[in-house]
Amino acid sequence: MHPTAELTHTTQFSLLWLIPVLPLIGAAINGMFGKKLMNRFGKAANHSIAIVLPSISFIITVVAFIKMMGLDEHARVLSQNLFPFLHVGLLDADLAFWFDPLSGTLTLVVTGIGTLIHVYSMGYMADDKSYPRFFAYLNLFMASMLTLVLGDNLLVMFIGWEGVGLCSYLLISFWFTENANAVAGNKAFIVNRVGDFGFIMGMALLFWGMMGGYAGSLGTGTDSYEAGYWKAPADHQTAHISNIEADELCKQYGGCTGAMKTTAGRTLAERFNAPRQAPPTSLRFDAIRARIGADQEAWAEDSINTKTFMGVPLIVLVCIFLFIGATGKSAQIPLFVWLPDAMAGPTPVSALIHAATMVTAGVYMVARCNFLFSISPTAMTVVALVGAATALFAATIGLFQYDIKKVLAYSTVSQLGYMFIGVGVGAYWAGSYHLLNHAIFKALLFLGSGSVILGCHHNQDMRKMGGLKKYMPLTHWTYFAGCIAITTAPVFFLANGFFSKDEILWKAFSANHLLVPGWTIWLLGFVGAGLTSFYMWRSYYMTFTGEYRGEARGHGHGDDHADAHADSHGHHGGEPHESPRSMTWVLVALAALIIPTGILGMWPLVFHNEPLFEQLLHPVMGAATASLDWMHSVTAEGILAGASVVLALGSWFFARAMYKDAKSEVPARLLANKSAWVRIPHKIIYNKYFVDELYDWAVVRRARQLSRILFWFDQKIIDGLVNFTGFLGRMVSAIDGLIDSLIVDGMVNGVAQIFAALGNQVRKLQTGRIQTYLAGAIVGALLLVLVNFALFFE
Amino acid sequence: MTVGLEHFLVVAALLFGIGFYTVVTRKNAVAILMGVEIILNAANLNFVAFSRYAWGGTPAALAGQVIPVFVIMIAAAEAAVGLAIVLAIFSNWRTIDTGVTTSLRD
Repeated sequence: MHPTAELTHTTQFSLLWLIPVLPLIGAAINGMFGKKLMNRFGKAANHSIAIVLPSISFIITVVAFIKMMGLDEHARVLSQNLFPFLHVGLLDADLAFWFDPLSGTLTLVVTGIGTLIHVYSMGYMADDKSYPRFFAYLNLFMASMLTLVLGDNLLVMFIGWEGVGLCSYLLISFWFTENANAVAGNKAFIVNRVGDFGFIMGMALLFWGMMGGYAGSLGTGTDSYEAGYWKAPADHQTAHISNIEADELCKQYGGCTGAMKTTAGRTLAERFNAPRQAPPTSLRFDAIRARIGADQEAWAEDSINTKTFMGVPLIVLVCIFLFIGATGKSAQIPLFVWLPDAMAGPTPVSALIHAATMVTAGVYMVARCNFLFSISPTAMTVVALVGAATALFAATIGLFQYDIKKVLAYSTVSQLGYMFIGVGVGAYWAGSYHLLNHAIFKALLFLGSGSVILGCHHNQDMRKMGGLKKYMPLTHWTYFAGCIAITTAPVFFLANGFFSKDEILWKAFSANHLLVPGWTIWLLGFVGAGLTSFYMWRSYYMTFTGEYRGEARGHGHGDDHADAHADSHGHHGGEPHESPRSMTWVLVALAALIIPTGILGMWPLVFHNEPLFEQLLHPVMGAATASLDWMHSVTAEGILAGASVVLALGSWFFARAMYKDAKSEVPARLLANKSAWVRIPHKIIYNKYFVDELYDWAVVRRARQLSRILFWFDQKIIDGLVNFTGFLGRMVSAIDGLIDSLIVDGMVNGVAQIFAALGNQVRKLQTGRIQTYLAGAIVGALLLVLVNFALFFE
Repeated sequence: MTVGLEHFLVVAALLFGIGFYTVVTRKNAVAILMGVEIILNAANLNFVAFSRYAWGGTPAALAGQVIPVFVIMIAAAEAAVGLAIVLAIFSNWRTIDTGVTTSLRD
């Protein structure tokens, strides 16, 4: 079975374009007129625009989702083509949107959680003086992310891809007057860009590969396009291009008759009665999917499935390059280093961008290209292994961090690793489901930590927190719910993370089609899950239980704060306090979402049917998953699930014993332990395995050295050349000057002197003596006579 | 040796040369006038010689006789005028040295 499924047609939905464009309008208004609006109408003007527009997008998304679900399973797509964007040579790309179950789910996540975070920001950023700028950037981010998710081809997705990278930079370095924040923003953007390079290479290779059938000469003959993909096939071989493409080509060539429009078993010769031209290659996902399906029929001579590039199969290269893009965007090894530093941005930014949406773009992309990855076991193994390694690696770092946001950041990197395990082994729906769940509970955790930070007067160090559950009850309970969700303890239905993570790990274990045995990946993920549970509960107990360890600041603290962050809310004491309602209601809303999403993954598992979410995504990726080789064993599945639960609960209790109420001596004693077995691993892990230092030495310093070398080159050699040219000019002009003054002037003066000398001599004629004149006259007369005599005498 | 025309012409030419030399070389204004006289007389001699030898005793020969009479007359008048000029020069410069009376030079 091949990893594609036929779509019969799409449905037009003309409001789709509003979904990304409305936030864009909000960004434009707040960006251009935000300051003026704020001065005139107060901050309410800014946040009203910024919240209303995305919420309208959300409503349109819900309408579209309902409409889409009403369609037949083989046509469950809403689409809208805005305009032809890039029709160049053999490439066709339109600015078009594609709303199928996968993009629909993500659009709901982005618009829904995005709007909630906008509401939260009303409270969190209330005292910030760059209020309009924040909302402008946040809306711009939403517009870019929606473009990414809704794009129907790789190019539109890439537009959104780069846009979210830009917004990430803008928002991380929001308080750029502190150098550290600006540097963090730079780091994020530059590392992201490295990933973008991979993405572009992948796109280019894919485009090149898909032209295989007709990239030969366009004449006749065995290597021409007629001999390739568009050849009239042999009797019982049929061509498959997507029906949507067929419809479009029919329209282009002036129509096909009704009999030609049957789906299966058509031959191309029947379909098109016009002279064949090499049709354009589209980077639309639908088109790529159809092309791969067609090529799997294995009668196209130069099919994308078998093509190689410099000895390496093309599909492997394409998938790996695209995955490099994903590692950059979704913070996997080796390009994860920007995410912890990105915590320098405001907490709503961390919640929205670096937990719920932007970092999931890589996972979304792999899920979208499920048909590409499914035909390459090598690429899948790479994705799964990198994901598993990252999951474990980041989890270990998260164990020892003290900054609550850093714990959550490493947790995000780790959970993204799980998502990549999911999509890497071929369980695309499981990875996407974990994406959904993670968006909810990680946003919840981040916003909760934001509430905690604000309540503790901008302190982020957990060692100075404690006992907050009596000061901030709502934050406390919602954070608790988030912890349960992430650590996969199946308490009633609360642990939506349990269902997704468990599915991922089971699928990893049962994958027989990878280059490594499935259980290796499962093992890495399993250990990581235990660590996840431990560090999350550690953060919970350190923050909320025991006694408050922070400094009691008796004085109001407007005076001892740099104005770099939002200033006080009029604190009267040093005690922590609950956050305003705009923030806590969002926390409650997100916590309430945990249960429904949990049900999505659980029901109707009890009846041994596919979970609802898997059924939802079946049209998009079901065929790709089913085409792979899985082990089926209900008992093994049950045992592994049980082991996960035991591990998660065990880690919970272990963390509880160590950190609840700060009663236990063990953490302090371990830190003080002098033994090398304890000290050295702790030092390595606490310093994040010195990865940043390694990159600094290997990349940043080399880049600076290169820049110094080039600077030297520019100064000495280039400027030397330029200066030398100037010097030459001066030399030439000096010589010219000499020539001018000596020779030219000499000649001019010489002429004058000749005349003067001549005059001096001729002047002697004028003696003033008449006798001389007389003598001259007579001699002249005599000469005339003589000459006359000599000339004319015969 | 028979004295022919050419002998008279040569003598007249010599006289002309002497007179020319006198005019050109002498500084004394009166001496210059004397030189001019000599030149005139040389021309007279030419006339007379041609009258005797070229036309013999013919009536055309009379021209050669009469013209010198006119020339002598003119010479005399001219000498008178010249001497008057010399007198005028003398009353201005108190000298008749032509080396001194060179104000035309500048």
